[in-house]
Amino acid sequence: MDKDVAQALLRTMWRIRLFEERVGQLKRSLQVHGLIHLSIGGEGVATAVCGQLRDDDAVYSGHRAHGHAIAKGAPIDRMMAELMGRESGICHGLGGSMHLVDIEHGFMGATGVVGGNLPLALGTALTQHLNGTDQVTVVFFGDGAVQAGHFSESVNLAALWKLPVIFVCENNGMAEFTSREEHSTIERVSDVVAPYGFERTTVNGSDVPAVYDAFEQFLTKARSGAGPYLLECVTYRRRGHYEGDPEKYRDPVAEQEWAERDPLARMRARAIDEAWIDEASIEAIERDAAAEIEEAVRFARDSPFPDPQTTAALVYAQ
Amino acid sequence: MTETTFVEAIAKTLAIAMREDERVIVLGEDVAEGGPYLATAGLSEEFGRERVRNTPISEGAVCGVAIGAAQSGYKPVVEIMFIDFITLALDQLVNQAAKAHFMSGGQLSMPLVLRTQGGAGQRNGAQHSQSLEAWLTHVPGLKVVMPSNAADAAGLLQAAISDPNPVVFVENKSLYFRREDLPDPPPPVPIGQAHTLRPGKDVTIIALSRMVGDALEAADRLASDGGIEAEVIDPRTLVPLDLDTLAQSVKRTGRAVIAHEAVNAGGFGAELAAQLQAAAFDYLEAPIQRVGAPFTPVPVSPPLEDAYRPGAREIEAAVRVALEWGEYDAEPWEHGSIATSRTTP
Repeated sequence: MDKDVAQALLRTMWRIRLFEERVGQLKRSLQVHGLIHLSIGGEGVATAVCGQLRDDDAVYSGHRAHGHAIAKGAPIDRMMAELMGRESGICHGLGGSMHLVDIEHGFMGATGVVGGNLPLALGTALTQHLNGTDQVTVVFFGDGAVQAGHFSESVNLAALWKLPVIFVCENNGMAEFTSREEHSTIERVSDVVAPYGFERTTVNGSDVPAVYDAFEQFLTKARSGAGPYLLECVTYRRRGHYEGDPEKYRDPVAEQEWAERDPLARMRARAIDEAWIDEASIEAIERDAAAEIEEAVRFARDSPFPDPQTTAALVYAQ
Repeated sequence: MTETTFVEAIAKTLAIAMREDERVIVLGEDVAEGGPYLATAGLSEEFGRERVRNTPISEGAVCGVAIGAAQSGYKPVVEIMFIDFITLALDQLVNQAAKAHFMSGGQLSMPLVLRTQGGAGQRNGAQHSQSLEAWLTHVPGLKVVMPSNAADAAGLLQAAISDPNPVVFVENKSLYFRREDLPDPPPPVPIGQAHTLRPGKDVTIIALSRMVGDALEAADRLASDGGIEAEVIDPRTLVPLDLDTLAQSVKRTGRAVIAHEAVNAGGFGAELAAQLQAAAFDYLEAPIQRVGAPFTPVPVSPPLEDAYRPGAREIEAAVRVALEWGEYDAEPWEHGSIATSRTTP
């Protein structure tokens, strides 16, 4: 892996990790609002995928969306302000954690309805196809979305119309509180789509270079207008389904096991081993990320809440 | 003026829009074949099957595709063949399309038109005959239009395609094949503007879609048979509603009858009645009467469907109730009315 790429990936992963840990804290003191779903343990997928996209490529995400938005380029300060319900938020406080949108960076939207983002991604990919550009659309979803009707309908339609869309499934083995084997007899999501005949693969989502390489292969082909593709990344959800989830449905994972699965710890160790970066530079990345997050919290706290009149004014576009 | 039909007006308007703007695309089941009612006839031949796309029977995903295309700069017109099947697309319509502009803080716009058709009268039974427009009027962010004739259909469809918001365009299958005169080219009709089709001083009949023709028929009969002058107004757009035009009329006549083909209970007539009584309570000489379908699914058997389906006769009866209100020395609850007796679930 190119050194610059590896360093950029580490920087993004740290920014996501520290943003989410801070958001978890702020949720406990009720300074961020609403249902909060953290992607800690899954940062590698967001980073390796979005790190290869341009601003004019489209990304759709679901309810666990902070990492995807940050990796796609959404400004952290305005994201923090959004989660804290402020006027300076990226959606002026009207979207919140589950409905982030940043069209400037091609982050077309997160949705709180599991699977509801899949057909939207096809619609954007259809416009890319009709425009004849080399833009692509990526849609992130979890294994829980695979059992939703929208998934089957969308996969069929994407295959039928050969749309330049890359389905990226973060299979953390849990659909909310329930393990995958209670929801489906098919373990691998890449097997679910086998009959449609398009290319698909499953990788270890904690192995960031592996995700990077697998996605790069699909991306190169999708840039030429081909598609669809499905990349299944087996990940680990470190936190509960949402912040505050009592997690009675599973045993705590031993620290040793977490250390083996933690994509950030793994990438850090790999980067040192491969001499992609030195220890001092990694520490600088961590420090910079931490400072950026604290600055974002300050920015959000200093921002006013939105004027209630904005609510009625934004129901319809003029 | 050229003689045309409602469906021809739809197809012609779509063709004009597609000629003017490459971003207009048409999606839906069988649309490239013209569809079962020929509302998209000729489009795939002129514009090709890339812009006029047949879709699988996947209403949810197809609606979602249209939404994704709309927020990516295109102007999709998606067809849901029967409004009965809109149930399958409601998640996308309600949770995505209606809220995208709002939730994104104004970043996304949604120039989407969803065309569909409802209504009974063709012996199609309970799953192909409903009038479900009231559900859609309950969702902030959607616009809902319901034209009653070919000229309004052509004009409102132009406005809907140009609108940056999601517009649900509800047609009625009974209107599709009547011969009508249409200006050439048909002028646009602004969304949110009611149309007074017949002036009158005694009572205001507010009718939606197919019931507009029935209201005019009832008004003719009331005029020739007793000299009652009914004003007939077609709101044309349910959301946003032109309440001013309706309320001004009711303030003049003092009496209102609301007529739609949908089931009365929870129908849009209830919302109209509530808004009108708030706007014109002091002017009302009688309770607002509602004419709608009874609280049953739509039956197939011809005499049963004919009995189910409200029309000019029911409107005329409701007008008479409104006019006779207070003439007798009886308690109000002894009057009864065809509207209330038909509403009770």
